[in-house]
Amino acid sequence: MSFEWKYVRAPLSFLLKAIVLMIFIFPFLWMISTSLQTFQETLTFPPTWIPSIPQWVNFSTAMNAGPFLTYARNSIIVTFSVILIQVLVMIPAAYAFAKYRFAGKEILFSFVLLAFMIPGQVTFIPVYLMLADWGLINSLLPQILPFMANAFGIFLLRQYFMQIPQEIIESARLDNASEFKIIWKIMVPMSMPALATIALFSFVSHWNDYFWPLVMTDSAAVRPLTMGIAMLRETEGISNWHIIMAGNVVLVIPILIVYLFASKQIVKAFVYSGIK
Amino acid sequence: MASIEFVNVTQSFDKNVIIKDLNLKIEDGKFTVLVGPSGCGKTTLLRMIAGLDPQTSGSVLINGKDVTRIPPGQRGVAMVFQNYAIYPTMSVRENIEFGLKNNKVPKDERKRLVESISETVGLAGYLDRKPSTLSGGQRQRIALARAMVKKPSVFLMDEPLSNLDAKLRVQMRIELIEMHKKLGTTFVYVTHDQVEAMSMADTIVLMNQGQIQQEAAPEVIYRQPNNLFAAQFIGVPPMNIAELGIDNVMFGFRPESGVLSTEPLATHFQVPGTIVTREMLGSETIYQVKSEEQAYMIKCTEDRFVVDQEVYLGVEAGNLFFFGADENRIDREDGRFSSYLEALGGRSKVLVMRGQANG
Ligand SMILES: Nc1ncnc2c1ncn2[C@@H]1O[C@H](COP(=O)(O)OP(=O)(O)OP(=O)(O)O)[C@@H](O)[C@H]1O
Ligand SMILES: [Mg+2]
Repeated sequence: MSFEWKYVRAPLSFLLKAIVLMIFIFPFLWMISTSLQTFQETLTFPPTWIPSIPQWVNFSTAMNAGPFLTYARNSIIVTFSVILIQVLVMIPAAYAFAKYRFAGKEILFSFVLLAFMIPGQVTFIPVYLMLADWGLINSLLPQILPFMANAFGIFLLRQYFMQIPQEIIESARLDNASEFKIIWKIMVPMSMPALATIALFSFVSHWNDYFWPLVMTDSAAVRPLTMGIAMLRETEGISNWHIIMAGNVVLVIPILIVYLFASKQIVKAFVYSGIK
Repeated sequence: MASIEFVNVTQSFDKNVIIKDLNLKIEDGKFTVLVGPSGCGKTTLLRMIAGLDPQTSGSVLINGKDVTRIPPGQRGVAMVFQNYAIYPTMSVRENIEFGLKNNKVPKDERKRLVESISETVGLAGYLDRKPSTLSGGQRQRIALARAMVKKPSVFLMDEPLSNLDAKLRVQMRIELIEMHKKLGTTFVYVTHDQVEAMSMADTIVLMNQGQIQQEAAPEVIYRQPNNLFAAQFIGVPPMNIAELGIDNVMFGFRPESGVLSTEPLATHFQVPGTIVTREMLGSETIYQVKSEEQAYMIKCTEDRFVVDQEVYLGVEAGNLFFFGADENRIDREDGRFSSYLEALGGRSKVLVMRGQANG
């Protein structure tokens, strides 16, 4: 009897994909489910998947447990300032590294790579001391200033810019365009997918950041959502998982919305880098 | 309108000298073609005119004015690149308009110019399309329109037709010649295709290894090549070259100057040989004739011979060229010319007699 591999291959590949998908999606569904359960339901075994009566009240409980409006405002200000400043720094830096010849270029670029490889956990103490020295700890600046330059973004965008033919830039120079105009009208539109990807990665990592604000803040007035949600746990001694998960859902929704808008650009970025 | 002049120009990249002490004057309003083998420095020359890679030393003058310190966008030159270099995120209209906008041309004027130029190059219906939706030939036209719309005084083109298929290339060649007639501006056109050079140029500038070999009208380069390089670069097949056997002198003749016959000829130069290849091109046939020491390419309008046939190859005295040991052509007026001609005649007689004795 001959074994017909092709009849097995398609279902097998489907099964594997389904498993991988489940692994990724499971914690997510768990979070949503828990956020709608009662405290009792979270403790039952076997665990409940579908809450008997969805407890929407969990959300208001979570949001009323602290100054969540302030937290949300802080998260928004910090994340968007970081992205805006990063983009403003990244574009000219990547352009210079990709298309100019200047003294010290190699050394400067190796600094960028170095910055890209050193994790924040190594630098937070000196950065904290420096910012404390400047008296900035009671503001949002410690969460913004250290991230003005995105080394990974500069690196990725430089690679992208390097693929843009020199003749296009030279044509623009012959068309009497200033360097600013070349960047703004030619380089940026041509690298939109890369920029969107970098901005999204940056958004996710800063929106979700917990470690850095934990070190850099000492009052509710300057704390972001992630810390507010973590503090839900401590309010009553025992872990109110349903409340914490409700907070987490609130934290994640903006990421989903941004991803929906950016996903087309991101897929494009990966397709481009695959072809070129 | 503008003339261009190179005065003692040297260009080097990372200490490699590409062009050394070059002097060249490109006349106002002429269609000048820079031609030469790959890597000889044609693009380098063009880029110096545009100001994209300023020369290492010497000066480039446009209309008698040193432009060394003038940035590319303000030199009054437009350039068409080999890969077109179209702005891919802009529509056809935006591509053509970009230079006008940067030069602060008012909006109404811009609209009028863009529309009239797109009419000229045949892009009228495509102004709002993205370049990626157009064919290679249409993209080429965007690049031309973008250059023309600025009304430059110098038009630089770097192998603009090399990415097109053969038929479109011939058509664009004619269109470019007509465009030049109509605009009357200075065209500097780079190609490594000598057919393109011969058919389009008022003046050909022939280059090799960063040096100008000859600068002349196409027919002059063809009939009076300065040196061996010019003789062999221009013309298909190239000029036949062989050793004379005296003073390291070479002699040569064009493939179409050769006469073939089954009987000995009365021509000044002749040699017996065998036909080894035959290439029928329609109106003409190219034979490769192998003699004792050398193979020659012969172009005939008649197709009378077959492969392996024994023939006599002859060339009239008036169609023979001689090149000295320095590779420069020896002029007819030169005293040595007649003695070399005589020597070749004598050798021919010996060869033919020997051929008859063998045959
Ligand atoms: N930016 C550069 N850096 C280093 N070397 C260069 C640079 N530009 C040109 N060269 C060198 O200069 C020489 C002439 O190049 P150029 O591009 O002018 O040749 P070309 O005549 O246009 O050839 P092709 O017909 O292949 O386009 C080549 O050897 C090339 O390697
Ligand atoms: Mg070239």
